[in-house]
Amino acid sequence: MNIVVCLKQVPATTEVKIDPQTNTLIREGIKNVVNPYDTYALEEAIRLKERFGGIVTVISMGPPQAEQMLREAIASGADQAYLLSDRAFAGADTLATSYTLSLAITRKINECDLVVCGRQSVDGDTGQVSPQLAQTLAYSFVSYVDNIEDISEGKIRVRRMIEEGHEIIEAFLPAVISVVKGINVPRLPSLRGIMRAKNAAIPVLNAQSLDADPQMIGLNGSATKVVRIFSPERVCRGEKLPGDAEAQVDCLITKLRESGII
Amino acid sequence: MRNLVHRIAEERILPVRAELDEKEEFPRALINDLAASDLFRIFVPEEYDGMGGGCFDLCLVVEELSRVCSGVAVSFAASGLGSFAIRQFGSEEQKRKYLPDVAAGNKLTAFALTEATAGSDAAALKATADKVSGGYVLNGTKQFITNAREADIYTVIALTNKTKGSRGASSFIVEKNTPGFSFGKKEHKMGIRASVTGELIFQNCFVPESNLIGKEGMGFIQVLRTLDWSRPGIGAQAVGVAQGALEASVEYAKQRVQFDHPIIALPVVQNKLADMAIKVEAARALVYAAARTVDSGAKQISEESSMAKVFASDVAMEVTTNAVQIFGGAGYMRDYPVEKMMRDAKVTQIYEGANDTLRSNIAGEVRKRGGKRN
Amino acid sequence: MVVPTPQVTDKYRGVWVFAEQRDGKIKASAYELLGKGREIANALKTELCAVCFGYNVTNKNSLVAAGADKVYVIDDSALKDNNEDIYTAELVQLVRQYKPEIVLSGATALGRSFIPRVASALKTGLSADGTGLDVDPEKGWLLQTKPAFGGNIMAVIICPERRPQMATVRPRVFKARPFDKTRQGTVIKVDFNKESVTSKTRLLSFLDDITDKVKIEDADIIVAGGRGLGKADNFRMIEELAKVMGAAVGATRPPVDEGWTTYAHQIGQTGKTVSPKLYIACGISGAVQHTAGITTSDVIVAINNDPEAPIFEVATYGIVGDLFKVVPLLIRKVQSP
Repeated sequence: MNIVVCLKQVPATTEVKIDPQTNTLIREGIKNVVNPYDTYALEEAIRLKERFGGIVTVISMGPPQAEQMLREAIASGADQAYLLSDRAFAGADTLATSYTLSLAITRKINECDLVVCGRQSVDGDTGQVSPQLAQTLAYSFVSYVDNIEDISEGKIRVRRMIEEGHEIIEAFLPAVISVVKGINVPRLPSLRGIMRAKNAAIPVLNAQSLDADPQMIGLNGSATKVVRIFSPERVCRGEKLPGDAEAQVDCLITKLRESGII
Repeated sequence: MRNLVHRIAEERILPVRAELDEKEEFPRALINDLAASDLFRIFVPEEYDGMGGGCFDLCLVVEELSRVCSGVAVSFAASGLGSFAIRQFGSEEQKRKYLPDVAAGNKLTAFALTEATAGSDAAALKATADKVSGGYVLNGTKQFITNAREADIYTVIALTNKTKGSRGASSFIVEKNTPGFSFGKKEHKMGIRASVTGELIFQNCFVPESNLIGKEGMGFIQVLRTLDWSRPGIGAQAVGVAQGALEASVEYAKQRVQFDHPIIALPVVQNKLADMAIKVEAARALVYAAARTVDSGAKQISEESSMAKVFASDVAMEVTTNAVQIFGGAGYMRDYPVEKMMRDAKVTQIYEGANDTLRSNIAGEVRKRGGKRN
Repeated sequence: MVVPTPQVTDKYRGVWVFAEQRDGKIKASAYELLGKGREIANALKTELCAVCFGYNVTNKNSLVAAGADKVYVIDDSALKDNNEDIYTAELVQLVRQYKPEIVLSGATALGRSFIPRVASALKTGLSADGTGLDVDPEKGWLLQTKPAFGGNIMAVIICPERRPQMATVRPRVFKARPFDKTRQGTVIKVDFNKESVTSKTRLLSFLDDITDKVKIEDADIIVAGGRGLGKADNFRMIEELAKVMGAAVGATRPPVDEGWTTYAHQIGQTGKTVSPKLYIACGISGAVQHTAGITTSDVIVAINNDPEAPIFEVATYGIVGDLFKVVPLLIRKVQSP
């Protein structure tokens, strides 16, 4: 089985602040980590490889420092990695990002049965790249997968979460799936993996090597724009209720009843 | 590698260490995590599925594990100890039979020397191995054995010749579930409670000829070499727990406010922290220097490895005690990690050569060379 | 096939709302969006349409009563399971045919799964999980406000050049308008050819395994427990309070990690996002990874014995105290008249 995993490097803490002078994000001093949901995607891909055989390729569209993250993915069990990096890719929204990722799959990796993604990134929080990637590739798509039941005869059978419960869905391969937390517990890298990763070559693919249409990548290829960012106001009266436990509870119930909430 | 172990310690061991300590529970799941990350491979040669590391690498791993929980660190290190004789003195067949499983972390090992009457005076052991057709029959009881019951492979020292004193001892590989080999009581300890310590009972336990390690009578020399090799590891265990205590103390002192200031502003606390840090650095330097000496293949390693162990364990006891002192009342409470560290540190002054015995040995060496530099 | 990039032209008019339904019953998110959609359509002086896909969907006229001028309907047994391949293909086709300038959908599991595919097929912009919508009538722009970085930052997104401008909106953020049965509107049955769409996925079965009486996404009241509860047995207290209040049960990450409750109840950055009328946080410190999931709640009540806990910064009412005293009192008193 040829499995591709999409990884994104995100700030280590979501406690990012805005510089009040420039109205842009303060990025200094903030470490980068792999998007937590992507760690579940990678672990699931490696488990599928262990179960069904095959190769796991990890890809990431990002700046040069994302290479370290790809190397760690190899240390955990991925077989090979590609970094998609080019100034021209910068400023991409999900439409442009999914286009760029699709090029790596169709023009570089070629053989692909399954693409595993995390359900969303914890910086953008959109969750749009995986469905848009599926649409661009014309692959099947299933989201919010929390268990992979079986893969056989060119089909994958999964369990996915929706608000009302779970659905068991069967999809034709090739497919893109997005996974949620709880599907697995990601393993730690192994020493042998670390040794292998140290020596692994991670090719950097740029717009030219992917033969990318310049109108479809980066800012040019983005349909959406961020016009403003701001810190949310903590709108709360923040009223601390006085007295002992009894008094506090009485006061709370009165207030809630008055405003008709209970 | 250090980063990997550090991560495992922080992500997997830290959340459960208090519970393991409370319940005296063997950390089987964590051992499996260490195995999955190839850590047991570091002390096995490459030709037997290992990664060919040495004492130095073992110390790195043990220190990082011990920083978070000495009990887990000891369970890991004891497998290095228990397999040393096979690695160093074993036959090709023995190595091929046992080491790959040890490297994969599938099987843990244990080192069975100590008896009720033979602690520091190891030569006073009483367990016997009588030659019979095809092998030996073991009889006797071993006490205070780390990884008892959890290990699959045991290096057992017993007397093949009762008349020659310690030169009559030999080492055997005994596998768990061998008829005549059973386990006695599990000890309830002051510290390193995650590590399992117990009694081994041999009653007419037959082991085949092929399980003798090296030659008859070589047992004691093998023991001395084994302990020389592993002592820096105990030193690393001590450095680790001291390091953990130091970090905890600094963090606490920064946020504990008394008399309107964090206590780290007080000179009396600063002096303590400085002394703690100095001693941890010194202990670390000595331990890793000894580890390098061990790995270099030098002949005379006893004195250096003993010094490292003695110094580091004394430092660990002092640093962890000071840590509890810095925490004050909170430090005495089991909700905070330092009282466990203090309880864990104590054993490093006792096992693998009680510091008193080692000092005595060191004194002998010092006297021999007239106190001159080595 | 090269799909031309849709550009802004006067030809794109109308505000569309995807009215989600399940098992024939239209969901609340449809009415919430029509409420806001009506406002936007009025500001743009254009019509508001609902798009409804399903099987045996009842009460389609309610969409008109809720504000829609037109309702495009595909009602066919092939749509019984909310098949995302069919929905994607059909919505793309409808948009190409009728060219709305704005398309809105609820940021539900379904919405967040198939709407991005529609946007991709149309090569247009989509912004996700919005908590605010505004319109610039002069430029014809939809401005969506959405949380990013787990809610630490709010971003305002536009889709200036391509059409339609698409957005998924967090459920329960907007309120539905009161139904006006006198409103006039047309329900238009759309031709649907089963054969024209081959789906690559198939629903094999549905597991109705959420045993909670009240589902967290629909709940008006949520009672949530955090690390401060200490152990599994104490979590029962949260469940008890939820029961007497007719509330859903929530949790932060530590109780889920410890196994005191299941992941389905986890609220926050790696769990669910909720917008109840009342959120009661018991023994929850208020780390930003959790509060990211609750900021659009109407009223937040925090019970914690640490007066410095960050939860008090987002809480409407705070009780600094021992939750083991406060919660039982609350359980008792909320039941008495």
